Amino acid sequence: MYELIFDREKCARCKSIPCMTKCQYIKLDTVTAKKEWQKVLDGEDSFILEACTTCYACNEYCPHGNNPFYMIVDRQEKKGILPSPRPIITMWVNQCEPVGKFTVGLLQEKALSYCFLAHFNVLAHGKLFEDLEYSAVYGQEFFCNAVYLHYAKTSLIKERLPKIIENIRKQGIKELVCLHDECYATYTSLAPAYGIEVPFHPIHYYDYLIEKLKALKDKVKPLGLKVAYQRNCSTRLIPEVDKSLDELFNLIGVERAVRKYDRKNALCCAEIIRMAKGPELADELQKKNLDDMQSVKPDYVVFNCPACWDSLATKVAERGMKPIHVIDLCRLAVGEEQSLNLEKMEAEV
Amino acid sequence: MKRYQSQIHRCFRCGYCKFPTDYSAYNCPAYSRFRFDTYSTGGRLWLIYAWLKGEVPWSEHLAEILYTCTTCKNCVEQCPMKFAPEIVDWIIEARSDMVEQGKIPARVKRFLESVYNYGNPLKKTAAERLPWTKGLKKYKEGTQYLLFLGCLASYEEATREMVENCVKALDEAGVSYGTLGDDETCCGNEVYAMGEMELSKQLAEKNISKFKELGVKSVITLCPHGYNIMKNQYQNMGYPFEVLHYSQVLAKHADEIARKVEGEVKGKKVTYHDPCYLGRHNKLYETPRKAIAAHNGFELVEMPRNRRDAFCCGGGSGNFINDYLAGSKDSPARIRVREAAETGAGILAVACPGCLIMLKEAVKTENLEDRLQVMDLATVIAKSK
Amino acid sequence: MIDIYNELTSIVDKDFVSNKPEELYIYGRDPGLMPAHEPEYVVMPSTVEEVQAIVRLANREKIAIVPKGGGLSLTGLVIPQKGGILLDMKKMDRIIEINEKGSYALIEGGTTHGALKSHLLKNYPHLRHSIPDSPPIATVVANAVIHGQGRLTQQRGFNSDMVCGLEVVLPTGEVCKIGTSAVSDYWFSKGAPLPDLSSLFFGWCGTTGIITKMAVKLYPCKKLRDVMLFLTDRAELVPDIMLKLGRTEMIEDLVVTAQPIPLRYAGNYYILFYITGDSEEELEYKRKYCWHTLWEYFEKRDGGFVSLVPEMKAPLLSMPSKDTTRFADVSKGGGFEYSGPIAPIEKYAVYVKKLEELAVKYNLYYSSAARMIDGGHSMMFSFSYTFNRADAQTMKRAKQALDEAAEYALDNGGVMWKPNLDEQKITIRKMDPNTLELMTRIKKLLDPNGIMNPGNWEVL
Repeated sequence: MYELIFDREKCARCKSIPCMTKCQYIKLDTVTAKKEWQKVLDGEDSFILEACTTCYACNEYCPHGNNPFYMIVDRQEKKGILPSPRPIITMWVNQCEPVGKFTVGLLQEKALSYCFLAHFNVLAHGKLFEDLEYSAVYGQEFFCNAVYLHYAKTSLIKERLPKIIENIRKQGIKELVCLHDECYATYTSLAPAYGIEVPFHPIHYYDYLIEKLKALKDKVKPLGLKVAYQRNCSTRLIPEVDKSLDELFNLIGVERAVRKYDRKNALCCAEIIRMAKGPELADELQKKNLDDMQSVKPDYVVFNCPACWDSLATKVAERGMKPIHVIDLCRLAVGEEQSLNLEKMEAEV
Repeated sequence: MKRYQSQIHRCFRCGYCKFPTDYSAYNCPAYSRFRFDTYSTGGRLWLIYAWLKGEVPWSEHLAEILYTCTTCKNCVEQCPMKFAPEIVDWIIEARSDMVEQGKIPARVKRFLESVYNYGNPLKKTAAERLPWTKGLKKYKEGTQYLLFLGCLASYEEATREMVENCVKALDEAGVSYGTLGDDETCCGNEVYAMGEMELSKQLAEKNISKFKELGVKSVITLCPHGYNIMKNQYQNMGYPFEVLHYSQVLAKHADEIARKVEGEVKGKKVTYHDPCYLGRHNKLYETPRKAIAAHNGFELVEMPRNRRDAFCCGGGSGNFINDYLAGSKDSPARIRVREAAETGAGILAVACPGCLIMLKEAVKTENLEDRLQVMDLATVIAKSK
Repeated sequence: MIDIYNELTSIVDKDFVSNKPEELYIYGRDPGLMPAHEPEYVVMPSTVEEVQAIVRLANREKIAIVPKGGGLSLTGLVIPQKGGILLDMKKMDRIIEINEKGSYALIEGGTTHGALKSHLLKNYPHLRHSIPDSPPIATVVANAVIHGQGRLTQQRGFNSDMVCGLEVVLPTGEVCKIGTSAVSDYWFSKGAPLPDLSSLFFGWCGTTGIITKMAVKLYPCKKLRDVMLFLTDRAELVPDIMLKLGRTEMIEDLVVTAQPIPLRYAGNYYILFYITGDSEEELEYKRKYCWHTLWEYFEKRDGGFVSLVPEMKAPLLSMPSKDTTRFADVSKGGGFEYSGPIAPIEKYAVYVKKLEELAVKYNLYYSSAARMIDGGHSMMFSFSYTFNRADAQTMKRAKQALDEAAEYALDNGGVMWKPNLDEQKITIRKMDPNTLELMTRIKKLLDPNGIMNPGNWEVL
């Protein structure tokens, strides 16, 4: 069975334990932080395990690459702590269970992963995806499963993820372009942390787009736009891709507005938090985040994760700002139109 | 076994198929006309299943119930079930079983025999084509577009203005085009919808071989029914070509055509009737509207039922000739012209020769002639001069 | 021998009279599981006078009459058990009046819920009626006649409680006004302050008369509406959760769903409820209030709210809900039926257990929707099973499961809603004999020739 690879020595040597002291949701001084963290490591009860909002950020704050967040999740599960109500967890466990209802396109060795998110069916078209448009996989069978980190369900990840990886391998895929940021995090951070082998080469779609845009250089028109970026939880597991995003923005002539809640100080989209901790905290976080976005007067609010999109895009629009996905922003730069728009609620009257 | 036989029992007869999206009226043309549940899509599907099981024997009445369906696809839009896209195909397949068994109602039989013998449903010889169509240039290699007139435009006098104005608009647009002349034969769309698949295929093959012989690359059809079968079936028969409905050409060249508009026609309200085979069948809702809107002076007003909710004129599936839905104030064409008149529009714009014939006739029957003029898009544009 | 067909065509336009096998076939069955039985004639009257003439003809000839709306009870209530004349009422579909200040709509007997909803939305967007989740072809009258429930039932009771006047053609042919309209020009009450005669026509399965006009109450339609979804995996908590929400007096409709597919439903009870408001502030206040009303379950991790994305909300906010109808094709067989007792909400957990047990026993897909009625005085609990119309075996099994569910519900505090003939029989068996005697006397008095939907509510 897979076990978390974790070096307790690194923690023992760590003086400032930024994983705890930088937490945006739990306010701790260094002494308490050290004490509580030790309890976590020792498998003792610590209020941290209950209070954690599962924002993933501590993984990024750790200067030693020691994955403290995975440790928290591990301990939560061992202690039977429910970060969200049990029925919510049950719903997540059931709805993503692979039951043979997946979609596989005309696959090449290089393929796109839509994960289990229909948004990409809309997004992944046009010039930027010309060669790979039909080389894609979608469905529970290709779902990265990292979401269970929010629900103290490492056991489920350990059970399902190797099968998902095997599903991908069986398709003959050698390079997997992960359109869902969290997939990339899964294959490059989560899987290795548990010693789960990944037999294909994961590519973050930012890097894919950089390549594409460079190839289409003549067709790219710098947009000259200022954007507010909504940084999502899974980027905390792969902080290196943030640099790719800067490069990407640079290529399409977009200025990433300096705002309070971006980069290391980013705020969670808060819908998982709403279900886990209640509406007050979620509303407060969203208000802070939206106020901050508004204060920089962005031309667009840019989303990376479709889940953030679902949580915040409507609210962004209600405040008179324009939500857009990173892929669509790049599509604008090559003269195409925004494809992922807010659904009108008129549907079934 | 045909697919419908293994699927048709899935209809629950919930009745969503009778309505438009907002439930404001009945939107199934046959149900609106006859009002017995037998004439709604649900009733029809249950009767077909009963016929398959031997619970209801074939009768002229049963067959007529099947052929009152105009294949307008309102039911396909409204049915909440996963099989919704297939419903009309099931009805057509059931008809094809009736055709194969020789069990079809009299008017359908006459229609098909005429197409078989004459290449059109109107029992006309090529020599009897209307004079203004005879004068059109013939397609020769290198011509940009083949203009496919279709049976109604070739033989029905009521379409005269439509043909003349379409041609004029094409001239103004500066595109080159030609017709097949005496060699044009029925497109086969209605024949297909009536379940005579074999004949439909033969017609398609005949037309395609002409296209091939002449090296046709692009076809403009006047009729959405022809557009539909060429777009969705001819394409799969080994000779791919571009198909355009004339409304697309009007919209594309609106600037050239518009520039020649001289007179002001301000305040003229136009309402547009979506033909089923352009709208629900091929999702072309905005293009025809753009074709009118591009011209100054028109105010486009919508009928309550428009676009995906448009109410069929009752002419589809050969009913512009067979007219199984005629004979009542609840005949679809009559309901539709009343709806158009209520918008206050003076012009009811259509984009299909079938709708044109059906609705013109209905305007007369409803005594709306001094309030409402039915004309096709090209004529609407031409009248603005 | 009298030619009834010709008599009928002398009353009603012949286009709307049929004795052809096709119409008889379709009008002889419904989408549920009760056996078919065909009428001899199908007629679509357009006026009260036509209805009267048909009723008089039927009395003279001692031939059965069955009035029909959308025909969607699923329990075979308009299957003409004794043949005769089936009256499809849907041509009498005028919306006669919306009395804006009196907050009621006066409609004809065949007006559909779809049409009334659409009319109000277009012309009186600040008013609404209690629309059921049956498809929009369901008629307002027939739905009230069977004591249907709708989107306002949680707040206002059965849809029949929201009726405020009737015009009825009695089984003997007289036209009779019921309620204030019998005295006044206004249709504001179906009974009070007069003796309430309206109850002679609700719950009788069409055996006591034909409703040709009806007034229904309209209620405020707030500008905004939202849906909230609370999950719990413990059935025994459901009644208290329902009550707590109901007692906030802030929620509109409340329905609890239990079903194994799609998978996200498995293992949980889905408590869906609606809130309305004239401003975002009002809505937000109610949203928070409801959250905190259920805080104890949330804190104990026994229940939680699901954040719904717009695509999930749209179908939930639609009225009627197409999802209810979609259940018919879950097993790709085009059929479902439910046994629907009205029951104390405290029975939720045992009913749901029975629901699941029967699904296993008969190997069927199941679903249940429990709608809270009148703030929690009762609920409608559906034992709902799908079947395949092309597979006689599944149909048989589904019928057995439904019969067993009905027996169980009746033994456990429930009373069958819109009961099919079998359920009517077991209801009669359990009924206070004096009540039954009173029902029988009333029926005899109103319908001496026994022509109205015979077979229903009959002591065998």
